[in-house]
Amino acid sequence: MITGKQKSLSDIREILAPYHKVLVLGCGTCTTICFAGGEREVAILASALRLSDKKNGIERQIDEFTIQRQCEWEFLDEAADKIKSAEATLSLACGVGVQGIAERFPKAVSLPGVDTYFKGIPQEMGVWSSRCLGCGDCVLALTGGVCPITRCAKSMLNGPCGGSSKGRCEVLPDRPCGWQLIYDRLANLGKLDTLEEIRPPKDWSTSHSGGPHTLVRPDLRLPAVAAASKITDTTIKEEKGKGH
Amino acid sequence: MKSGTNLEKVLAAGNFAVTAEVGPPKGTGIAGVQKKGAALRTCCDALNVTDNQTAIVRMSSIAGCILLKQLGAEPVMQMVCRDRNRIALQSDVLGAVALGINNILCLTGDHQKLGNHPTAKSVFDLDSIQLIDVLRRMRDEKKFINGEDISGEVPLYIGAAESPFADPYEFRIIRLGKKVKAGADFIQTQGIFDVKKFAAWMEQVVARGLDKKTHILAGVIPVRSAGMMRYMKDHVPGIDVPGELVARMEKAKDAKEEGLQITLELIEQVRKVPGVHGVHIMAVGWEDIVPVLTQKAGLLPRPTV
Repeated sequence: MITGKQKSLSDIREILAPYHKVLVLGCGTCTTICFAGGEREVAILASALRLSDKKNGIERQIDEFTIQRQCEWEFLDEAADKIKSAEATLSLACGVGVQGIAERFPKAVSLPGVDTYFKGIPQEMGVWSSRCLGCGDCVLALTGGVCPITRCAKSMLNGPCGGSSKGRCEVLPDRPCGWQLIYDRLANLGKLDTLEEIRPPKDWSTSHSGGPHTLVRPDLRLPAVAAASKITDTTIKEEKGKGH
Repeated sequence: MKSGTNLEKVLAAGNFAVTAEVGPPKGTGIAGVQKKGAALRTCCDALNVTDNQTAIVRMSSIAGCILLKQLGAEPVMQMVCRDRNRIALQSDVLGAVALGINNILCLTGDHQKLGNHPTAKSVFDLDSIQLIDVLRRMRDEKKFINGEDISGEVPLYIGAAESPFADPYEFRIIRLGKKVKAGADFIQTQGIFDVKKFAAWMEQVVARGLDKKTHILAGVIPVRSAGMMRYMKDHVPGIDVPGELVARMEKAKDAKEEGLQITLELIEQVRKVPGVHGVHIMAVGWEDIVPVLTQKAGLLPRPTV
């Protein structure tokens, strides 16, 4: 899941300052399950805004609505009328949703009510942690199912560095050293010999270092659309062993 | 000879090498580096110039190396992967060699969160082992990472660091093997205080034949106060300080004198450990103790090779 955290009320008030008819739009997927922007959070935030507006003598209409997903047109279209009639839409989705609104409704003001973090898992009640940075070239087969790119603060492929102490990372001492986790997993699997090999420099072009990406599945495209389109797939990898 | 540097010659001739560290200033003044360089030049075979150590912005390592060269001291340029991608790293290697800097120590680098610009974007395009491998290929195959040819020779003496007591302890010797396989000609270790534990680690080094393939320089940190000794014991990953050393520093009437004594004992002890080919003295902020230490430890004069 994509994780996010609602911005502070004061930040949101600042963002909304120029607008007097605002739609608070929730998202029923990732930000719902990380309690940042689902129906419940929309209701709480809308009430808080109404209260603070009343206290501060601000005349502003705050509407609420939640759709299943803000990252897909068909769901966004369910909120079309509300988005179009609002002066601004405060999205409680991740950054994809905020941009989805902006793209689908060119005249709409689309504002972020959530700071988007990482792709991660709820590790316990009320705690989420990152597991994947979406580098586009998964190495988990070599590292016992623990991601060194995400879980090592230095994204080392030949870790651990000298800052690993008693299983902890010196950068964030309350966090485990990703390479200790990898070591322990491979030890459990009887595959420690995997670590003896030197891993060459990574091809980062499949990550954001290669620029914004577009992933294309020709087999799923409508032939007529595909024929008329100039979209290219940026996720096609360099031949292995020709790392640059 | 891979590089023809003084450090390489000293080690190749079977001498017990001495290196020390010179940290560049947080500014543009050159007097500090010159003073340290002048004091350490004759008592060491080469001097490491740190690369924004602990992620604190300082004068660049390459500039510090040039200042040392102007004094007649031989530099070891430290190079971290935190701030430069493969394009900049390779470019700086070419520049360093062009300027006559041929000892390069490859490090992954301290994370910027621990330094004075914690909001910086990190690079970490390569890690230390990959950097060693890149330098070896630049030297031996005259190739960049992308396989393209380099014009001109790239004589390098390639160094790496190793922290024998960082965790997971059992993996450290394997990781050292990876560094040696990648092309590390010499290794400077993290500061050693527990010589017994270090000797046990060195036994593994020797058993794997790594001491024949690389030169291990044991790290020594002169400590001048009980507080500093305790801090290292409690807070620095990979540094193992026996309680008895803390107690000695605490009881000492003259902490500096006791620290000097302890350091001399450590040098004497690590020198006897089979497979150790030198010491690397990290006297951060106490550089003027290095001439005293080397003299009292019987490491002077340095060999002319």
